[in-house]
Amino acid sequence: MKYFNNPEAFLKLVFSMREGFMATLLIFGSTLLFSIPLGMIVALLRMNRRRVISVPVSLYILVMRGTPLMLQIFAIYFAIPMFCGVNLDRMAATILAFSLNYAAYFAEIFRGGMQSIPVGQHEASQVLGLTRAQTFFHIVLPQVAKRVLLPVSNEVITLVKDTSLANIIAVGELFRAAKNEASRTASVEPLFVAGLFYLLMNGVVTLFFSFVSRRMAYYKD
Amino acid sequence: MLRAIDIRKSFGKTEVLKGVTVRVSRGEVVAIIGRSGSGKSTLLRCLNHLETIDSGTILIGGQAMAETGADGRTVYRRDRDLRGICLKMGLVFQDYNLFPHYSVLKNLTMPQCMVLRRSPQEAEQKALLLLQKVGLSDKASEYPCNLSGGQCQRVAIARALAMDPEILCFDEPTSALDPQLTQEVLAVIRQLASEKRTMIVVTHEMNFARDVADRVIYMEDGLVVEDGPAAKVLGDHRSEAIKRFAGDGGY
Repeated sequence: MKYFNNPEAFLKLVFSMREGFMATLLIFGSTLLFSIPLGMIVALLRMNRRRVISVPVSLYILVMRGTPLMLQIFAIYFAIPMFCGVNLDRMAATILAFSLNYAAYFAEIFRGGMQSIPVGQHEASQVLGLTRAQTFFHIVLPQVAKRVLLPVSNEVITLVKDTSLANIIAVGELFRAAKNEASRTASVEPLFVAGLFYLLMNGVVTLFFSFVSRRMAYYKD
Repeated sequence: MLRAIDIRKSFGKTEVLKGVTVRVSRGEVVAIIGRSGSGKSTLLRCLNHLETIDSGTILIGGQAMAETGADGRTVYRRDRDLRGICLKMGLVFQDYNLFPHYSVLKNLTMPQCMVLRRSPQEAEQKALLLLQKVGLSDKASEYPCNLSGGQCQRVAIARALAMDPEILCFDEPTSALDPQLTQEVLAVIRQLASEKRTMIVVTHEMNFARDVADRVIYMEDGLVVEDGPAAKVLGDHRSEAIKRFAGDGGY
């Protein structure tokens, strides 16, 4: 043991991984920022009555959920420069791949949530004269938010750990930092330290979701 | 006040309304009775634009909501006018359809503010007045999940009234309630009837129909079979069809 029995070395190791940790946070935060709104749009398009819209969107969801995220990261990082001629930053390619992938999962969660809202809610809104937009934003969306909270928290927890996939295109995130440190010092301990980081992050995520869940407990449906 | 002429409506191959004509005058309470599947709820849903008709004419307060022209095509008003016309109608559902994430008060104020552009103060004043009327002043800050079925239905009635509809429709308002809760809801509808509100009530409550309705429409198999004063349609000299519907002669 090099680190776990030596507090000073341990702290040094933790400190050396701060940049990786920040990169991981960046991937995590950006992915959530983009994939949740995108997922909502994808869900709405998926539910569109016109098949010219819903069929391609289903196909998108199938591909995104049906192939490894690791492959998608590769594909976006290498394919976009090949076909579009623009060079993508590693981090940008990673965030793009994660956002597109997670949007597909979120879309299906949101679709399930929206379809679980009783049709009577739409009918009551219509009879009261609310527009479709008012109905969506004031009646449907708040109720969907409560219903999808649990599956969304699952996805977010998975996302924390999935960020480690970015290391395959050499993004300097937490897992890569740990791996480098591990091979440099010929010790597996840095990997366990990385594990602690992920665990800590998910502890925070879990606390956040239980807080939101309590905030939403003011009504039962 | 309301005229529906020769309404036809099919779901797939099943014709649910086979040419129904109804008219409702101002201040009149009309009960629509009939077996399940007779088309009475579908008719009410057509009048509230929850279903679109295949052919026929619907006039509300003299304005056409939908019309079948000489060429046989049924045309609905364009959206903006249609919304205005639909606002003259109010509808109370069988399963209330209150908004669960809003308090009772907000259920009543939110549509007023959003649709009628009333100020929050005005909407709240109106809401509290109506809650008093249905006997639920003390529940304004409760959420629907904490109310009984009868209380929910009374909130739903108040919510519909808050929009000042000219015609208030009820789609089997007591079918989800036990007898005691049914009575508290019927009491509210009775009170509204005594205030000469124009109402259309689809119901299974025969006694209620006889006591409260000015006119009773009996539907069978997508057609209006009887249409007349309640005392006549449901009275001692009621027709064979009504007797069959009501069971062994009594109700």
